Amino acid sequence: MSRAAIVEEPELRHEHPLEPFLRMDRIPHIWCPTCGIGTSVSCFLNALKDSGLPLDKVAIVSGIGCTGRVAGYVKLDSFHTTHGRPIAFATGLKLANPELKVVVFSGDGDLIAIGGNHFIHAARRNMDLTVICVNNFIYAMTGGQLGPTTPIMANCSTSPYGNFEQPFNIPLLAASCGAVYVARWTALHIRRLTKAMTEALLKPGFSVVEVIAPCSTLYARRNRLGTGLDLMKFYHDNCEIRHGADPRDLDIGFQQKIIVGKFVDITRPTFLEAYNAHMKKVLGDAFVPYGVASAAPKEKEESKAA
Amino acid sequence: MKPDPKGVLTGEHYLDGDHACAEGALVAGCRFFAGYPITPSTEVAERIAERFPHVGGIFIQMEDELGSMAAVVGAAWGGAKAMTVTSGPGFSLMMENIGLAAMMETPCVVVNVQRGGPSTGLPTMVGQGDMMQARWGSHGDYEIIALCPNSPQEAFDLTIEAFNLSEQYRVPVLLMMDECVGHMTEKVVIPEPDKIELTPRRYTTKSPREYLPYLPCDDLVPEIIKAGDGYRIHSTGLTHDERGYPVMSAEAQNKLVRRLVDKIRKNADKIVRIEEHDTDKADVVVVSYGITNRVVQAALADARKEGIKVGDLKLVTVWPFPERRIAELAERVKAFVVPEINFGQIILEVERCARGKAACYPVSHGGGGVHEPADILKVIEEAAR
Repeated sequence: MSRAAIVEEPELRHEHPLEPFLRMDRIPHIWCPTCGIGTSVSCFLNALKDSGLPLDKVAIVSGIGCTGRVAGYVKLDSFHTTHGRPIAFATGLKLANPELKVVVFSGDGDLIAIGGNHFIHAARRNMDLTVICVNNFIYAMTGGQLGPTTPIMANCSTSPYGNFEQPFNIPLLAASCGAVYVARWTALHIRRLTKAMTEALLKPGFSVVEVIAPCSTLYARRNRLGTGLDLMKFYHDNCEIRHGADPRDLDIGFQQKIIVGKFVDITRPTFLEAYNAHMKKVLGDAFVPYGVASAAPKEKEESKAA
Repeated sequence: MKPDPKGVLTGEHYLDGDHACAEGALVAGCRFFAGYPITPSTEVAERIAERFPHVGGIFIQMEDELGSMAAVVGAAWGGAKAMTVTSGPGFSLMMENIGLAAMMETPCVVVNVQRGGPSTGLPTMVGQGDMMQARWGSHGDYEIIALCPNSPQEAFDLTIEAFNLSEQYRVPVLLMMDECVGHMTEKVVIPEPDKIELTPRRYTTKSPREYLPYLPCDDLVPEIIKAGDGYRIHSTGLTHDERGYPVMSAEAQNKLVRRLVDKIRKNADKIVRIEEHDTDKADVVVVSYGITNRVVQAALADARKEGIKVGDLKLVTVWPFPERRIAELAERVKAFVVPEINFGQIILEVERCARGKAACYPVSHGGGGVHEPADILKVIEEAAR
């Protein structure tokens, strides 16, 4: 029986549990077999389900690169923006429509190199965004160049003699700039990763989940680390779960131990909470609170009537 | 759609162009502003930062102009009328996401209070050197709308017009002010709210099942939604089809970019605004915009005293360029004189449209000041000979 015929027969059709969350007309996706991005997306969709958030009120924003393609496959209001700018775009989206839960899903090059400035300032402001950063250690879409997270000694197409630059420790960067939730897991830790993503989605303020998923095609091959399965074996044997670890201890060396866990879970006012509280204090009744339910603009209904 | 009454300061005011621009944005219903301080545009941001908490708007000072423009595009998709303000160096950084706004067909307004360039140039002094950057500054092919105020009153009026055009055509609209207009203080009349025409966002009335985000209407502009309304659309800076899905092919590129270009070109007659005085019997027509149009008035008065038949053509819309009108005038005038505070940008368009039928004389000025009327007069005299 053809696939089309199966689709016609309701009792024979078994929907994948994540189908309602995906743009099935865009599947198959572009990611390589054994790439950790696909796993990260599955975890995210399960987290979305577990979070109970109304899907019409969740938006996803990506930048450019392999992980930048995530927004295109997820069936939410989704925006595939410019390289490095998804956090800035998401800042505008969130502030214009505060009832949205806005998720930024992008890679380490996009968020930490070209977009590093937006990352640190959104963390400082405690902008109410959930950032999921898939760290594949390189620029994969362009063919495996040196990235801001490439471990020292790793070989890339633009570090053919091995990397000598100190990479960013993403949890340390996020924590020191003011993120209220910071966790790191690998593409192997799917239950813990899903749980971290759920917690991040439900956490008001700037939450960051780093997913360690070295590019199985370019990084692993070039550095003779074997197949995607070998990478999984490596995570299994070399990850240490250390919740509450000092973010300063989370550097990742070439084929060294990777410390994973939840490192930060604190509370401080989000950008809009701080704005509303401050302006109310300074301006009193002259202040029109922003983004509280009753003050939400009803422009759409008006324009329909006009 | 009526503007929020508290956003409209109806009455006569004494304002500079930057402040008038901010008031125009408030009247237009702008309630999201993201920007980064830069002379000589900062006063717009300062006034908005002061006014927004009183009218339910949100102001955010971003970390740079890259982020400011990206936030403006995001805010527009969140349903806000959104604006940013900058000057030359910041305008260069904004080009990245002005291109994104053009590709995603995002209504928004970008104000450039022009100063002398290139690079850091003359931060506190006037220039008009970004006119071609406004047209071509972001990579790839697209069409844009750019307006040029010559007074604080026009800074107010054209800011509203910029929002209206951006909603009508779903393009970023550039308000190309200059330092002189931005810092010049004059009378500005703000009308009653119900006397101000505002173009509402073109939200779709279709259901999420039947709505295609990039299916154009008859005027080539698609209907829009805002995030959170249940349409769950995808929008991308990649070449895309009517569903908004990426398609990597020459056919998809041709179809999409041709429409992005045509939605402005084919509607150009509805968009273009120019103001003419004495052009019907003129031998020489002076084409100018922004502060230069004010300086030109003195030269025109002197030329008329000398018996030269001169006309004044003020470009209110610089992009799209009023091709048809310049071509018509070229059939019967002797020459165009084009003073600009640059070394010849808009004169290239005048020459293109004149097609050799009328001579074109530049009057260049490097910036840091405006023309001496006598310098313009000298060229008018030469052109009339």
